[in-house]
Amino acid sequence: MQDVAIRVDGLSKRYEIGALQQRHDTLRDHIVAGVRGLVRRPGRHAAASTEFWALKDVSLEVGPGEVLGLIGRNGAGKSTLLKVLSRITVPTTGRAEIYGRLGSLLEVGTGFNPELSGRENVYLNGAIMGMRWKEIDRKFDEIVEFAGIGPFIDTPVKRYSSGMYVRLAFAVAAHLEPEILIVDEVLAVGDAMFQKKCLGKMGDVARQGRTVLFVSHNMAAIQNLCTTGIVLADGRIVFRGSAVDASEHYLSSVTSRNFGLADLAAHPGRTNDSTPIVRSIGLLSPDGQSRYTDHIAAGDDLVFEITYDTGDLVLDNAVLGVQSSLGERVFTVGARYSPDFTWRMRGKGTLRCRVPNVPIAAGEYNVMVAMGSRLQRRDFDTVEHALTFRVESSDFFGTGESLLPGQGYFAVRSEWRNVEVADPVDTLAGA
Amino acid sequence: MSESSVYALSRKPTAVIQPARGFLDLDLVSLYRSWELVYFLAWRDVKVRYKQTAIGVAWAVIQPVVTMLLFTLLFSRLSNVPSDGVPYPIFAFAALLPWTYFSQAIGRSGTSLVNNAGLVTKVYFPRLAIPIAAVLAPLVDFVVTLAILMLMMAYYRIVPGWPFFVLPLFLLMCVATALAASLWLSALCVRYRDVAVVIPFLLQVWMYASPVAYPASVIPERWRALYSLNPMAGVIDGFRWALLGTDMPDWRMMGISGVAVAVLLFVGAIYFRQTEQTFADVV
Repeated sequence: MQDVAIRVDGLSKRYEIGALQQRHDTLRDHIVAGVRGLVRRPGRHAAASTEFWALKDVSLEVGPGEVLGLIGRNGAGKSTLLKVLSRITVPTTGRAEIYGRLGSLLEVGTGFNPELSGRENVYLNGAIMGMRWKEIDRKFDEIVEFAGIGPFIDTPVKRYSSGMYVRLAFAVAAHLEPEILIVDEVLAVGDAMFQKKCLGKMGDVARQGRTVLFVSHNMAAIQNLCTTGIVLADGRIVFRGSAVDASEHYLSSVTSRNFGLADLAAHPGRTNDSTPIVRSIGLLSPDGQSRYTDHIAAGDDLVFEITYDTGDLVLDNAVLGVQSSLGERVFTVGARYSPDFTWRMRGKGTLRCRVPNVPIAAGEYNVMVAMGSRLQRRDFDTVEHALTFRVESSDFFGTGESLLPGQGYFAVRSEWRNVEVADPVDTLAGA
Repeated sequence: MSESSVYALSRKPTAVIQPARGFLDLDLVSLYRSWELVYFLAWRDVKVRYKQTAIGVAWAVIQPVVTMLLFTLLFSRLSNVPSDGVPYPIFAFAALLPWTYFSQAIGRSGTSLVNNAGLVTKVYFPRLAIPIAAVLAPLVDFVVTLAILMLMMAYYRIVPGWPFFVLPLFLLMCVATALAASLWLSALCVRYRDVAVVIPFLLQVWMYASPVAYPASVIPERWRALYSLNPMAGVIDGFRWALLGTDMPDWRMMGISGVAVAVLLFVGAIYFRQTEQTFADVV
């Protein structure tokens, strides 16, 4: 028996960010250059380029059967590490050894062609992922059943709904049966039923003694699925331990935990492809006075104040996502869901968002803020963990009782009545 | 399932990932192992192309036939270009058969890596599979064109002799030439998108540098050796000889063409393998 599935030794990966195109006349140029910077040919602008180490001296051993969660904020090097391990890109220095067949779910549906039928795509996709023809033949029925698309298997994929498309793509990937499985946030796709199926499949894979590398921002998923975890920051491993310890380490260290008012000019939670637009976010006291607060009582109004500077961009949407401390989204509010929000934002300004009578349970929550354009169907700026706030227990139900920890995120009022009484007890006479 | 044996099998690492790689490491073993992938990629190219076009396979007929008619009008009727003693239309068509294949293969494989960027950046497999599949896919059209040529030969009552059986050799040489060029072009195109613009122009120049519309015999003797450095010259001469029974090709010329394609292919494969490492970062 081999006692190791993956051995990584001093792995580093350097990208060179071209500094040639310094003159950006429009924001669009900034974005284009920013994206290009990451893919610029190494060495082309050697004189005027800056180095960026996506991975720096990473050493790691993963045992067979280990389900390892990779945790870290955007740009910490998780994806680069997976890309190196799945041999998509070559490391700058260092070495890694892989023992066993490696299957990667970096993006499901890779190589799917919309013109081809589901059946044809299963074969094509399987071949791309490294399956033999006979192997696909053998698993074909199972794949179709897992995807649950039955009669549509001979329909061109371009006529599929996006849900069907994703399900079929994942089904192929899930039946690759690799000894080492790499999963990168694919669980974010599909409906709840299907997600459950996927988690089950991953669990099966793990139980069969196979190795799984799992990347997610959802700490609850990491804690449920993984046995161990590592935390990456700036291309280095900063923590290695059990999945629970690793996710807690990440939450306490990486979450910036700004209470009351957060300056977002240079915020670590800003995603890679974002342009800084949102300048600050604050939680206002629900009593209508302009003062910041770090908490509300359950059932109070949540009032957020967002300042922004869109530059020349014309935006018409803003979104706030409230997450639990484990990273699960509790609810989302957006200007696009608000019937009276029809104007556009350009240049500097301030938005105020009131969420009336939020019935969430006591606990700590954080807010993701994003601004974008509905017209262009994209978010230009997304900041995760922008602001943290507490919800204190209150007499929400008017009974003096409040929810206990672990009873869910929502405080929902309910009515209870005895409609049929088998053995009536006279409450007054009960004494 | 026999998962228990999974790790016992692999005493040695299945894969070693490291930056440096040997100069001559072409890794033909893993390429051979993924022949099914090459097949599926080629099959996809053929299938998708015919699904997306209205008259599908008819293009494989129309293109060379129309070119032949144009050539006949321009070069035979108007300019009296000699045709080695066979009727000019079939003389031209026997050359257009490999040439149409060649130009399609180059045209499609040159941009193949860029067109498959989604694959290159997400899944690992021998990258050589992509240009190879793109070069093989137009062979379907080749077969259709060959059938047209057979009909024309019947019309002109040309019966090929034993050289007909040497035809596969020339076809192989043609495919090798296409592959050699596409290894260079596809790898270059990842870095310099200009290549995509250059390819049609390159093909145009290359066609006039090959005996498609005229016989190689019009090239003055002292330029022949230089002329033969173009492997397509040897390929087309060979096709005409094998199919139409024109004069036997000059075997020294054929040798030069053969060596040229071998060198181009070998060096192209090395160049491809060397640049392959950065495809995912650059494309």
